[in-house]
Amino acid sequence: MNASWTAVRLGLRRGWIEFKQTLTNADSLVPMVIMTVAFLGVMLLTRTTTVPGTHFSLGTTMLTSVLGMSIGVNVLTSMGGLLAAEREDGTLLRAKAIPQGMTGYLVGKIVSVSLISLIGVAGTLVTGVFLFSGLALNSATDWLTLMWVLALGLVATLPIGAILGSLFPSARSAGLMTLAVGGIVAISGIFYPITHLPHWLQWAGQAFPFYWLGLGMRSALLPTSLAVVEIGHSWRHLATFGVLAGWAVTGLTVAPWLLRRVARRESGSSVAARREKAMLRVG
Amino acid sequence: MASDIVLDVRDLRMRYGRRDVLDGVSFAARRGEVLALLGPNGAGKTTTIEILEGFRMRSAGQVSVLGADPAHAGEAWRARIGVVLQSWRDHAKWRVSELLSHLGEYYAPYSAPGLPRPWDTGELIAAVGLTEHARQKVRRLSGGQRRRLDVAIGIVGRPEVLFLDEPTAGFDPEARRDFHDLVHRLADRDEATILLTTHDLDEAEKLADRILILAGGRIIADGSADELSRRMSTQAEVRWSRDGQRFVHSADDPTRFVRELFRQYGESVADLEVRRASLEDTYMAMVRQAESGRERGADADAARRFSVVTG
Repeated sequence: MNASWTAVRLGLRRGWIEFKQTLTNADSLVPMVIMTVAFLGVMLLTRTTTVPGTHFSLGTTMLTSVLGMSIGVNVLTSMGGLLAAEREDGTLLRAKAIPQGMTGYLVGKIVSVSLISLIGVAGTLVTGVFLFSGLALNSATDWLTLMWVLALGLVATLPIGAILGSLFPSARSAGLMTLAVGGIVAISGIFYPITHLPHWLQWAGQAFPFYWLGLGMRSALLPTSLAVVEIGHSWRHLATFGVLAGWAVTGLTVAPWLLRRVARRESGSSVAARREKAMLRVG
Repeated sequence: MASDIVLDVRDLRMRYGRRDVLDGVSFAARRGEVLALLGPNGAGKTTTIEILEGFRMRSAGQVSVLGADPAHAGEAWRARIGVVLQSWRDHAKWRVSELLSHLGEYYAPYSAPGLPRPWDTGELIAAVGLTEHARQKVRRLSGGQRRRLDVAIGIVGRPEVLFLDEPTAGFDPEARRDFHDLVHRLADRDEATILLTTHDLDEAEKLADRILILAGGRIIADGSADELSRRMSTQAEVRWSRDGQRFVHSADDPTRFVRELFRQYGESVADLEVRRASLEDTYMAMVRQAESGRERGADADAARRFSVVTG
């Protein structure tokens, strides 16, 4: 008991250390900044375009949707990518060789991935407030909505990332994940209202968490009147909660089982074999 | 004393598909003993060590490490075990001292009376000779320095049993000597039981109290380097010079040969050297013998099968 709590506490510390490392490391920081700047650029270009059927700026709507989507996408791809990469490079095996090390490793990963994604959202939001008009984060209810959507978004996407990271055999193949996620984002009503997509694509988009993260953020940050352009002319908070919670429960059921399986298979020779394979690719 | 037995392996078997990698391996180690596991590539050294580490499931046999079965042992057991892994690029952004103190803290709840865990970070870094690089990021370390860090991570929890799979691969002679001193210190002062695999016979002879030779999935020899070479009763080489001329002779009984030599030539014998078979000679002879025995066995199998077909 004592030792498990120590591991959780060490995991939090580990997460914080890795978070600071990411923030002070140009290699990991530069792509994040470039992505954010690119998104903001696209939004600025569409600032004067209006959402079909309203007089509201499409850029501002897009900003809020991107905030929601990016928390999900960042968490999912970095959790998945890091898990695949750190399985390959032996970080996971080191954790396994240490008492309660896996607990510490996982807690650390959850903390660092969440913090990095949240700081990305905060950065985009703060920049957005200065560049865009029409954001309406006025009431305590709006803040509350923002909080629960973000929190539930993290809990829904972290385990999916862990599952994908467990399934992909190497960091390189985990790149495919980013591609697939990009495809899903395209039908999630982030850059353009989902109601303008064919009906079957609307259904497909609504099966994944990104649409709901976008919707949840729009509901928190945009004027109430804009709900009219959404499906069912409503922010659908209950459905948002339901779908995200569904993903969270499914993920939290499957992820521990898969992670245990992955951990069980780690050994010095499995890491050595992966290293050899990776070296062959490089050389 | 039975309680002194720290590693106990009996009839360990490992089968991949239809191939037996380990075919009845048995050995034991007492507390504070250093064992070197030698054998040709593919003999099953790594498989054996990974089963003992609890990283790999076995097909059959009994394995006990510190009184527990590694396949089912818990975290408290894990805290008493040290594993030296080969690093590649993990924890690249961490600083050496930061990483060691972080990993060490996991062991703190498992301190025992008279056995405080973990090892003090500064002391440990000094012990592996990384003091100058303590503030360095792991990715800036050279290959040899990184290997020292691997050793440090393996022993940060003051293990009672330490497993090392080819620990000195890529070490320069100085790093090798430092490492040997460290192993002696762990075994003598801390009474750690150490099992290491190596390809370096010289190293095995220097480090190990006992040498196990694994070939064809079995332990074909178990004893000190000296015992092994006696058991093989290979010939010794006698060299001497007489009147400026050099002589070499291989003798089964070098003592008798030298006695005879002095009786015949007395004072004129000079530069006398008697060289017993080296561990390398013994090792080569044993492995060759085991392999040819296995081939003979295979031939016999084939012959039996053939007779079944024809009969």
